[in-house]
Amino acid sequence: MKSKKELNVSALKDGTVIDHIPSRNLFKVISILDIEKSDKTISIGYNLSSNRLGSKGILKISDTFFQPEAINMIALVAPDASLNIIRDYQVVEKKTVTVPDFISGFVKCMNPKCITNHESILTKFEVVDKKSVDLKCIYCEKITDQDNIRIIHPH
Amino acid sequence: MKNKSLVSITDYNRDEILRILELAAYFEANPVQTLLQGKVVATLFFEPSTRTRLSFETAINRLGGRVIGFSDANSTSASKGETLKDTIRIVSSYADLVVMRHPLEGSAKFASEQSRVPVINAGDGANQHPSQTLLDLYSIQKTQKTLDNLTISMVGDLKYGRTVHSLLMAMGHFNPTFNFIAPDELKMPNEYKRFCTKNKIKFTEKSDLNSVIDQSDILYMTRVQRERFQDPIEYEKVKNAYILRLSMLSNARPNLRVLHPLPRVNEINIDVDDSPMAYYFEQAENGVYTRMAIIASALGVI
Ligand SMILES: [Zn+2]
Repeated sequence: MKSKKELNVSALKDGTVIDHIPSRNLFKVISILDIEKSDKTISIGYNLSSNRLGSKGILKISDTFFQPEAINMIALVAPDASLNIIRDYQVVEKKTVTVPDFISGFVKCMNPKCITNHESILTKFEVVDKKSVDLKCIYCEKITDQDNIRIIHPH
Repeated sequence: MKNKSLVSITDYNRDEILRILELAAYFEANPVQTLLQGKVVATLFFEPSTRTRLSFETAINRLGGRVIGFSDANSTSASKGETLKDTIRIVSSYADLVVMRHPLEGSAKFASEQSRVPVINAGDGANQHPSQTLLDLYSIQKTQKTLDNLTISMVGDLKYGRTVHSLLMAMGHFNPTFNFIAPDELKMPNEYKRFCTKNKIKFTEKSDLNSVIDQSDILYMTRVQRERFQDPIEYEKVKNAYILRLSMLSNARPNLRVLHPLPRVNEINIDVDDSPMAYYFEQAENGVYTRMAIIASALGVI
């Protein structure tokens, strides 16, 4: 089992491996990282068994390294995610994710009557509960909870 | 410099609330003012609310200011598709202050970010209506001679009623005891009960209005609207339980006052109107003085 895992990781020459993503949120992580239109090689492991998460997903993205801001956004839907930065087949850095205090952009306010859903406005949220990931819109003051987080990108 | 906009009641701390109420009392005693001479205030009502608009415009006139604006979105460039951002940018280059009502939640906060001048929120959808809250506080203070340690019973639609939510948050500064009286469908949302627990505010939840009247200092009535009920039969069952009648006040504390944000439908029977405990019409009048205080304070002219 262990050797198989190493084999998968070592298949990546340069890039980023993101492990311990809850399966149900794997595609949200893809959306947060905005890699749907990437032309790099991306391997997706989905519904893999995990002792900790039950069912997990793994992403391996070649030749791509992410800004810390984007990495911390992953915490909104995958608080246990861990990142390995690979250079020349070697893990050169390991990172975990932390839920930020404040979020600009990325997330859509779930309140259909919120001004941010009617006019072109950068959304802003205060993270009022880091454990359950409750985001309070600074405009309409309503809470968007983890299950209702939808990712948006400005372009 | 501190942004002097008033978007949410939580923009004001305890001292700022008390300062507004003090100013409101001053304006009630001295209603003819020239503080806003030479100033232009824009009242932008993207949805109609005649009472609120007239109250604000009376306040502006009493302060000696001039009013520009519109009373519903059909007569504006918004109906031609202009964004709120553009409207606010332009109007805030004409006026010294913007008073805005808008059907979308968060619109006032956004306007305050885009505006070059202070913005006063006169209601953003179901979200905030802070001038209503401040006039409620003024009415409570005026009738009870204090805001501290009062028992306030909130009655009716406690689920969707933004006025009760804002009042609850604002009264949180003054060690209140709350009674929440509502049908099951319209109970006080958990987030506000959590707010009370967190701030050590005592509250009870009941469905029987009669059980709390005699222990209350303030009876804050709200409308129970038929359209809030999924099942019309449920509405028919409860609608009469939340109507206040004069006979129910016979053992009330002498200082009890009945408040209502108006307009009422039938939740306060007209036989209450002539009782010395009825205060809802005076409450509306207090709105003018409170709004004078909010406007003068936002413009920094006092
Ligand atoms: Zn919002």
